[in-house]
Amino acid sequence: MFDQIDQIFVTSLHRVVGFLPEAWRPLASSILCIGFIVSVFPGLFAIVTVLERKGLGRIQNRYGPNRVGIPFTKIRLAGFGQFAADGIKALIKEDVVPRAADKVVHFLAPVVLLIPVLLTYAVLPFGKNMTVADYDAGLLFFLAVGGGVELSVFMAGWSSRNKYSLLGAMRAIAQMLSYEIPLILSAISVVMIVGSLNLSEIVKHQDHYTFGIAHWHVFTPWGLAGFLLFFTASLAESNRTPFDLPEAESEIIAGYFTEYSGFKFALFFLGEYLGMFAITGLGVTLFLGGWTAPFSCLTWVPSYVWFLAKMLSIVFIFIWIRGTLPRLRMDQLMNLAWKFMLPLALLNIVVAAIWFYMGRDWPRWFICSGIIVMAYLALGRTLMKHQHLGKRIYRYAE
Amino acid sequence: MTLCLVITAIVTLLAAVCAMSLRNLVHCALTLAVSFSGIAAIYLQLDAEFVGFTEILVYVGAVAILVVMAILLTRSGETTQPSVLTSGRLDLIGKFAGIGVTAAIFTTLGWAILSSSVLAKPGAVAPQVTVKDIGEVLMTRYVLPLEIVGLVLTAAMIGAVIIAYKEEAKSRSQVLPGAQTKTATSNQPAVVPPAENILKKAGVA
Repeated sequence: MFDQIDQIFVTSLHRVVGFLPEAWRPLASSILCIGFIVSVFPGLFAIVTVLERKGLGRIQNRYGPNRVGIPFTKIRLAGFGQFAADGIKALIKEDVVPRAADKVVHFLAPVVLLIPVLLTYAVLPFGKNMTVADYDAGLLFFLAVGGGVELSVFMAGWSSRNKYSLLGAMRAIAQMLSYEIPLILSAISVVMIVGSLNLSEIVKHQDHYTFGIAHWHVFTPWGLAGFLLFFTASLAESNRTPFDLPEAESEIIAGYFTEYSGFKFALFFLGEYLGMFAITGLGVTLFLGGWTAPFSCLTWVPSYVWFLAKMLSIVFIFIWIRGTLPRLRMDQLMNLAWKFMLPLALLNIVVAAIWFYMGRDWPRWFICSGIIVMAYLALGRTLMKHQHLGKRIYRYAE
Repeated sequence: MTLCLVITAIVTLLAAVCAMSLRNLVHCALTLAVSFSGIAAIYLQLDAEFVGFTEILVYVGAVAILVVMAILLTRSGETTQPSVLTSGRLDLIGKFAGIGVTAAIFTTLGWAILSSSVLAKPGAVAPQVTVKDIGEVLMTRYVLPLEIVGLVLTAAMIGAVIIAYKEEAKSRSQVLPGAQTKTATSNQPAVVPPAENILKKAGVA
């Protein structure tokens, strides 16, 4: 019974495709899978934008959107009609393109942003047997295709012929390139332990239980360190606070999409959120056990529910961080990536190797966590010693 | 499958021709990225997943960005010089030399491929190679070339860092924008060059 509910999407896909003649089946199956991704995740984007605005409102001691409901009635839906209003507004707005802009590149940039972001969903295992394209090198595919985002950011910034756009694009590219390194290195530790680049294999490796608790990678010393590094780097990759310098509105207006309006702006917004969902999905797959349940007594809950729940809870933490943390400065951003996260990520690979070769005894827990904690403390103390932190002096404001 | 191959090949070749003939350097770089992705698509159609993904990761993700940033930081995007293909002033000798060199390379490559032992075996099936196999071979049989490549890349990186340091020592106000990320080591905010310079170079201002 529970198995059937778990596999309901897979079996119904097979049923629907089964009606068609043999030659059409692969095509129909891929079209249905694409339709699933293209409809589910933008829908999720719509709901999350409302939730984010409401959450930020609560954090800032105000209400957030609570008015838009069904038009011509008294039904208010607690403001959850907001995304429809926003979408309609974006669609009917005038599309302003600067006269000096490079028209073709300016038009193509949002499209080029969406293509790689949507492609990354192809390899994510949303549930048991629910991977659209189960590539042998799925992780490599995800990381490779994600690189296309930088090109689109550059296209947007350069083609707008606007100082703020170009500065925002250069900031964004520098930031993405720097944080991609700790992101990939922290994922490598998982690949070393599992021995496969296939994301389904990585999930299967975590699908065991001892004393009723799952063997998620995050419950090991190297996994916890890797997850924290991955989490920080994914915040930076998706341009979220505290790493939202590319669109720091007090300095460079809106960064690389300053000159975009109407539906193209909405596409950038969509692309950014879809990228965030995809990278949290990858984090869930690598460290939080993908679609597996945390306790063996909860395995009856369908796998896709677990995946979505884990993904959305990480997105919730992203929103929480956005509401509570200030923005970093450019040199702080670069220092964090190159001086702190890169050495720790490299060390984490060594720790993962030690963990792998020390067998199943208890000492490995102490040795591995000891190395990571000591390195963290030593590196953090040394870097903070040179910071000369003190009382902030305002030159003009006092 | 053949139709797919033809479409990808046409797109790749068109993009490559555009990369040579367009006037705007940034456009050239972007079409070059399209042509790289086309090559990756051809690898994928040949079931060479690993090579295809690496092609995207390295060429589209890194090399194209590097080219684009290099153009932005060194010279204006708009060139006054006519492009190679439309140039009337370019020496005919130079053109013929270029065509000759290309033809020679293609003949050699074609001859090498046609006379290789792979084609001699009729009905050879493509081997099922997993990423794991590639990794094992890289770590055992081809470990020396891999290490040498790593050494060369490390040397290049150290060289880049040294060049960046020299710029900073000479005069702090003339730091190249590209060196900014590497030299932002002091706890003071990194020296940011006047934005107008960058933008002038980029042909915006």
